[in-house]
Amino acid sequence: MMKRPCSSFLLWLAAALILLLTMLLCVCVGSVSIPLSSTLTALWNALWGLPLPEGFPKAVLFSVRLPRVLCVALTGAALSLCGAAMQGLLRNPLADGSTLGVSSGASLGAVTALALGITLPGLPYGGNVGMAILFAFLSLLIILGLAYALDRSLSTNSIILIGVIFSMFASSLISLLIAFSGEKLRTITFWTMGSLAGSHFRHAALLGGALLVCGGWILSRSRELNAFAVGEENARHVGVSVRRVKLEIMIAVSVLIGTCVAIGGTIGFVGLVTPHMTRMLTGPNHKRLLPASLFLGAVFLLLADLIARTLLSPIELPIGVVTSLIGSLVFVVIFYRSRKAGGSSC
Amino acid sequence: MLNAENLTVRYGAYTAVSRLSFTLEEGQWLMLVGPNGAGKSSLISAIAQCVPYEGTIRLEGKNLRDFRPAELARKIGVLSQQHTVSYGYTVEEIVSLGRYAHQHWLLGRRDEKGTDAIEQALAKTGMTAFRNKSLLELSGGEVQRAFLAQVFAQEPEILLLDEPANHLDLVYQKSLFSLIGQWLQTPGRAALSVVHDLSLARRYGTHAVLMNEGSAAAQGPISAVFSPENLQKVYQMDVYGWMNGLYAPWQTPPESLRRPG
Repeated sequence: MMKRPCSSFLLWLAAALILLLTMLLCVCVGSVSIPLSSTLTALWNALWGLPLPEGFPKAVLFSVRLPRVLCVALTGAALSLCGAAMQGLLRNPLADGSTLGVSSGASLGAVTALALGITLPGLPYGGNVGMAILFAFLSLLIILGLAYALDRSLSTNSIILIGVIFSMFASSLISLLIAFSGEKLRTITFWTMGSLAGSHFRHAALLGGALLVCGGWILSRSRELNAFAVGEENARHVGVSVRRVKLEIMIAVSVLIGTCVAIGGTIGFVGLVTPHMTRMLTGPNHKRLLPASLFLGAVFLLLADLIARTLLSPIELPIGVVTSLIGSLVFVVIFYRSRKAGGSSC
Repeated sequence: MLNAENLTVRYGAYTAVSRLSFTLEEGQWLMLVGPNGAGKSSLISAIAQCVPYEGTIRLEGKNLRDFRPAELARKIGVLSQQHTVSYGYTVEEIVSLGRYAHQHWLLGRRDEKGTDAIEQALAKTGMTAFRNKSLLELSGGEVQRAFLAQVFAQEPEILLLDEPANHLDLVYQKSLFSLIGQWLQTPGRAALSVVHDLSLARRYGTHAVLMNEGSAAAQGPISAVFSPENLQKVYQMDVYGWMNGLYAPWQTPPESLRRPG
């Protein structure tokens, strides 16, 4: 029997509270632990322009932890939302930025910008972000185009096969760029490892802006995504402007994945694992699935980041390593279950 | 209501439908019949704007190509022969999708009329009791009825059906065709369907287009189209003889099954 969702206001309030508490936990815990009461006082005082308590580690909270926690939460929310949207659009529970190869495409764009020194005047990270977004969109077009040419039904196997091949192709081009990057080798290598350790509030503002506009747009297309999830032909029959909506969602997903990759590097499997877990809680209806994926994605990545920071402290693991470790295991379970169920996963 | 002129559908070098013209009038149930590969499903796909075509299809005088997708969905509903379900949507969620074309493009709120249409569609198709069931838990016939309820909730004027009773058992076949027959009783409606079973086509259809290799071998009222000569020419066999041989034994139960007295 399928689990039925309850979409009450209280449930959303509980989700917001869980997210807030997780963020607070992540702000307090680390190499320097800050008591919760001091953190809350400092945040309250900073909000109203009051002086901070004596001896409070101001730099740790406001320059390191808070921007990082905000960036992690926003990245998790954005990647998870993108995964949920792609899984609905392609009617495929295994679709997300990393399995489709879009993240690798975005990485190639960002590395190209770093290697060739492409910048946009007046816009910090403009070259990096712009190229990542452009390459993410082009990758999505190429991958779906090739998969469609191979198999018009866009089956799981075709998409994943093309995604893997495209990822390998993008990775080889990245390696080639690194090999010829000269004095930029250090910058590019550090970036490709993927980390949100050096996050600033301006990164959070950029992610927040992208999530507000593109995420908001994806959320507003929940009815169309429901129609696509039932079948593209059915979507056309009930009156969805199939080509327009598909393009809109692909652009929104590319912008979000491109921005996330440009800021935090490739963080795999968030977009695959969290929508799938969310679907088990809310059911497949995108009116509930999309907002719930936002919350769960943020919480999932915050906890992954906390593990990455604290598990082998003082050594910090790259966040992508933690998400990939968890994600790859869940990916195998999903794939195995969907094959056994004859294509359906929940 | 619907008028097609010189309709041609091509897939690369292969021509599935060739310069076909026909008219569908209010109250008619037009049956598209013919052997496999005659172009029946391609014709339905062209009317549903799912495949590119040459020629003109007009609905109430307006070219179908000039309709926006939502506008077209308010006029034409399509029921496919098979539905591959990937996620566990409930029957009510599937039926509610039928209201998409009637809702605001951004807000998408369900109004009172929409709620009524959904309830009526569920009731008509006998799916009210299944409304909270996942599609993954239903049989093929129940899934088809859920999608028929979706089309009813869409409140179109014309229904396009592509072999709607394919893979369904006798009970569901009868139920599906009877439901569509009842739906057609309301003025201002018409239906066009691809049907392989000539007995069903003859029993429920008012008109027919007998297709062969992409063209119309005959078209008009069922009684005229289903003449022994037309069917013989298209199917290359004695259809009447075959049907009579097939159905004659059903006039009476076999001796061994007759109850004494």
